[in-house]
Formats: sequence, structure tokens, C-alpha cells
Amino acid sequence: MSTTTTEALPATTLLRFATAGSVDDGKSTLVGRLLHDSKSVLADQLEAVERASASRGQEGPDLALLTDGLRAEREQGITIDVAYRYFATPRRRFILADTPGHVQYTRNMVTGASTAELTVILVDARNGVVEQTRRHAAIAALLRVPHVVLAVNKMDLVGYEESVFATIAEEFTAYATELGVPEVTAIPISALAGDNVVEPSANMDWYGGPTVLEHLETVPVSHDLAHCHARLPVQYVIRPQTAEHPDYRGYAGQIAAGSFRVGEPVTVLPSGRTTTIAGIDLLGEPVDVAWTTQSVTVLLADDIDVSRGDLIVPTKDAPATTQDVEATVCHVADAPLTVGHRVLLKHGTRTVKAIVKDIPSRLTLDDLSLHPHPGQLVANDIGRVKIRTAEPLPVDSYADSRRTGSFILIDPSDGTTLTAGMVGESFAAPEPVRDEADDDGWDF
Amino acid sequence: MTTVAKVEEGTASPYALSHLDALESEAVHIFREVAGEFENPVILFSGGKDSIVMLHLALKAFAPAGIPFSLLHVDTGHNFPEVLEYRDRVVAAHGLRLHVASVQDYIDRGVLKERPDGTRNPLQTLPLTEKIQSEKFDAVFGGGRRDEEKARAKERVFSLRDEFSQWDPRRQRPELWNLYNGRHAPGEHVRVFPLSNWTELDVWQYIDREGIELPEIYFAHEREVFRRNGMWLTAGEWGGPKDGETVEKRLVRYRTVGDMSCTGAVDSEATTLDAVIAEIAASRLTERGATRADDKMSEAAMEDRKREGYF
Repeated sequence: MSTTTTEALPATTLLRFATAGSVDDGKSTLVGRLLHDSKSVLADQLEAVERASASRGQEGPDLALLTDGLRAEREQGITIDVAYRYFATPRRRFILADTPGHVQYTRNMVTGASTAELTVILVDARNGVVEQTRRHAAIAALLRVPHVVLAVNKMDLVGYEESVFATIAEEFTAYATELGVPEVTAIPISALAGDNVVEPSANMDWYGGPTVLEHLETVPVSHDLAHCHARLPVQYVIRPQTAEHPDYRGYAGQIAAGSFRVGEPVTVLPSGRTTTIAGIDLLGEPVDVAWTTQSVTVLLADDIDVSRGDLIVPTKDAPATTQDVEATVCHVADAPLTVGHRVLLKHGTRTVKAIVKDIPSRLTLDDLSLHPHPGQLVANDIGRVKIRTAEPLPVDSYADSRRTGSFILIDPSDGTTLTAGMVGESFAAPEPVRDEADDDGWDF
Repeated sequence: MTTVAKVEEGTASPYALSHLDALESEAVHIFREVAGEFENPVILFSGGKDSIVMLHLALKAFAPAGIPFSLLHVDTGHNFPEVLEYRDRVVAAHGLRLHVASVQDYIDRGVLKERPDGTRNPLQTLPLTEKIQSEKFDAVFGGGRRDEEKARAKERVFSLRDEFSQWDPRRQRPELWNLYNGRHAPGEHVRVFPLSNWTELDVWQYIDREGIELPEIYFAHEREVFRRNGMWLTAGEWGGPKDGETVEKRLVRYRTVGDMSCTGAVDSEATTLDAVIAEIAASRLTERGATRADDKMSEAAMEDRKREGYF
């Protein structure tokens, strides 16, 4: 999808967000409406959709066809996989992870939410908060998406009643708050009619909040660096070895969290050697300070051994290293993850051998209960995993850092991405463990 | 020592990056991941604006060292002369190594046949994939953007290709956080798209901000063109005009650069970057919709070519 705006083009910020909703909640219509009403759909794309809709015997243009990009998706009328879409307003640029509502649903939402700063969760106003809604909220909480929008859709089908919206918003907000979601914004909409998506609704005078787009445009993309542990995973060592730069030795990487300053004492992990930052190059230009998510090259005062996979951290704020990682994971591969599985673990820029030592529990997203010792995790399962790594890793808790608290597991034989991992306690950890006998064939 | 203030006015956080800085930083991260994980990467370089931006980003990613990659150009034999001149100048200026996969060679050897419609775009796939195999490239950077086309919206940043260079959209690896998985078996390779999250407008704004030089065909100039399938094609030895098509001199520019047989020019008076950006911002046509004949062949033309190994 292409982007355009007829306004002036000031420097803008970028917001990454994801959508979640089941098949009939109107997610495609909402996405189509956002693209269409923000004038991000260009004439030739709309003509193509109109042509395709007409050839299928549909009366109006089917906005879902804007987003279903693959032959099989169009043939079957389903969405297979996460797609990324782009649109812009004069205030902000958006990257939308458009995640499909049904098949393989959990892993797709996890994938979309992993890079999202905001998730839009759709509910049908006629049905209110249902199991699926609770799963969406749980995944947003698990992935620690900072902002959650509850879009109560199909308000046109409930007579635009304020009480319907208020009940749903209250129930959802209470549930999400319990999960630890820091911020919920509830918006009553009709994606089909266009109420409160881009334009304010004339049908809901009682609603005084922002439209979906207004909220997306104004939600702060904040980095409270004062409370962040600074982390720089070393990606690559830059050594020109030219006449002009005979001794240049720079450690390149994207700052994963916090900020770094010239003169600051730092420690290189896992070796634990300490030195100070002698210089920071921001893509060729020297700077005094750099912060997340800038890609930089750091020069160190002492000639110590640093290579790809190492982590540079402030000496006063270094994480412990460990070979025993406990995490909540979402299994994303078709083949199951089992105890004893030998895998590769990629954390930051480091990939190490690892073995799955234990799978203590599997999480039921419906009621957040834990099933003890499930034996394995299959595709779309979320569970607790204990992993032993071949080398010590400086991991943070995912609650502290989405970048240095996350990892993926890879199948060493064929390179398949197996599992998405989040280090540390899960929000669901304090919940009581339900007896295995209660398991009534839970799946989704 | 200077501090480059990248703080945007009017944003809640003084540490928020502008969208161009965020996209630039992400692309640089991708280049460095590939440099760190692969043995023999190559950048596909056509002399078009996307590959020019890729090269610029790669230069910044490894500064003050040089780029640890070579370049590969798939030469359709129907290139714009200005673009070839630009290509050779850039390669020389940065001391890069250029590989060329030539469609004309394949036609001359009888391996590929000229198509009745004269377009050579689909013919690029075989020379490209054979060159990847023969040179044992394990990572191939492409300038593809997800905003270009619906099938590309489904593309991963790291896209695994089998030994036949095929893309299977149903068997893509999920991409989580910024943890790109570059594992591949011998014979397989990974296509890497550092500009995945950029739009056409981002590319132009970035070219403007960075002062990147482009081939002149991107700016309005007088050119002998003729009308075919609703597009202005450049007259030339590649096979146009045919009977019934008349050449006229028009003020045009290009939005994309590809094979002359299927890349159309648009009427334009934009002779500067500012004018080009204003024109794109106001355009009601997508880049490919305006200028690419081959994508109009069927609803799934891009997907089908990508499956076979095309970008």
C-alpha cells in the first residue's frame, strides 16, 4: 500500500501498531477504512479493488481486498499471514502490522505485537468482551505493548447506545488493568459506517474522546530513558585499516535501551572487562550522547577484546549473566517444542547453543490458568520454559527491556524459527496452577 | 565534538527519533546483521533510486570503513544509458566490485527467448538466480519495499529462498522483535530488504535530506516517447515504437527505473527534488501503477514472479 499526503511534509515521528480481532469483528473493514479515509489508498489501487469486487459479483468495493495480497488469500477469502501496511498523516507515519484473525492466530498476534507500541483490539458491540477478547488482551499484556486501544465496533448495530459501550469498556479495562496493561483507551466505532475511525461520529454525541486516527496520531511514543538500563549489543566490529584510519576500531550496534555518553564507564559482557567510552559515531558523525534506537559505532578507551555478540552496558548498571534462562514463550513453529530439545538461542546479536531443560507449565489464555508439565508446546502454545545455554548470557527481564529481555529459539538442523521468548516472570505466574484433569481439550 | 540534535519539535519525548532517523537506523541495523552473520553477501544494484539509497545506507553503516559487500546488476540489455553511466561512476568512486548478470547473454546463447511483447523484466529471474548460485552469494540485498505491492506487503525483512531461489509465502519465518534469523542450508540464500518499511515518499525525503545524487532521468526532461498500454515508453532500439505508435517529444520524468520495455515515464515539470516530492505527495497513482507494465499482466503478477525467484 502506498502512502501519500497532500499536506506539507514536516518531519514526523513513526508509530508501529498492530491490530487484533477475530474474523467477524470487522478488522479488515477497520484497516480498509483507516487507509481509505486517511487518503492512503491511491486511485489505481481503488480501481483494482473495484474491478476485483465487481468480477466477484459484489455490489460495492470490498475494502478487505486492499489488504489480502496473496493469490490463495483472495481465492479463499482469508488472510494467511501478517502483512505490514503503511500510511501517513501530516502528523505521523504509521507502520501497521495487520495480523489475521483466525488460523494460526496466537503466533501471528505475537509476531505483530513484538514490534508494536500500540495494539488495537476490536470487539463486536453486540457480543461484548468474549474469550477471544481476553486472549487478545492477555497477549498484549504478555508482550508488554505500552498502549492498548479497545475499539468497540458495530455501534451502528446497537443503536449507538452509550450504555452498551460503557459496559464493555468498563469490563475490558478492569480485566486489562488486572493483567498489567498500563493504558487502555476505549473508542466506540462503526468501521463500516466510518463512525469515529477517521471522522468524529455524528451519531454518538455522548462520546467526547478522540477518533481512532486522532489517538494514533497523538499517543506519545515515549522513551523514558532515565529509568532504562542502557544496553548496546555489538553487531559488528568496524576496522578500516586504511592510511587515514590505521587504528580505528569501532563497535557497531543499535542501542537496544537507554542512552550512552562519551566518558561513561562501561562493562563488556559476558567477559566483564571494563573501560570507558572514548567516542560515539552516529553514522559517520561524532556525537556526545546517543540513545535507543539509534544505530551507532562506539569507540572504547582501552584495547580490550570485544566481538559480535557482546553486550556493552554501563558499569554501574550491568545485568547478571546466566546460563539458566527462565522465560515465557510462544511457540511459533508447526513441530512441537519438547523437553530435551537441542536448539539455538538468539539473544540480541548473540546466538548460542541451548537445551530445553523443562517446560513447567502451559498457559490457558482464556482464564490465565497454568497447566503443569504439559510435556511439549505445540504451535500457538504459550508456556513457561527453562533453558540451559552453552555460554553465559546477559539477559534482562522482558518487563524491563523488550529488546534485551527477548530471544528466539532456532532449530539448528534447518534454521526454522521455533519459539519467541520473554525472559523473567510472566504476569500469569502468581495464578494458581490448575489441575491437569481439568484440561478439556483447550486449543485455539 | 559536535552533538547532532535529532530531536523533533512537538513530540512528547525529547528522545523520539524522526521517522526518517528511525527508518535509517533500522536499515543500518539490518546491513550490520548481514555483515555479521553471512559469508558472501551482495547488494542488488540497478542504478534506481531504491538501490542508490541502499548503497548510501551501507556506506553510512560501515563508515569510516568501506562496504563489506560487492554489487550485482542484472542487466536486461535495455537499460537507460544515463543509469549505466551512473552505475559505473558510483562503483569506481567507492572502489566496489560489480558483478553483472546479463539477460542479453542468455538470449544470445539461446537459453532465453525474447518474449512476443518485448518486455525483458520476467527474463531477469534466470540470470539473477544462476549468478547467485555460481558466485555462492548467501545474502542478497534488494531494494524492495512492502508499500510497492500487495504481495510485497507480506514479505519478510530476511526472506529465505531455496536452492531454486523460490519464495513460498506460506512457509515464511515469523519475524519477532528485531531478531532476524539468517540461518540457511548450503545452496539456500536469504533475500534481505533493508527498505521494507520505507514508502516511496520516505525514499524521496531521505534522498533530499541526505543530498544523494540521482540519475537525471528521475527529473523532468524532454524525451522522445510513444504511447503503449497507457504509458509513455522511451523510443529506442529495444523494440519501440511499432507500427501505429507515434513518437513525440514530451517533458517527462521517471518514478522508477527498470527495463526500458516496461518502465513508463510520467508527464512532469519537476526538475528539482522539492518539485518531485511535491508531485509524489499529490499523486493519486502508486509508483508501480503509474509506471510498470509488467505488474498489470494479472492480479498476482508480482507474487508469481517472486515465487520463481524474482525480487
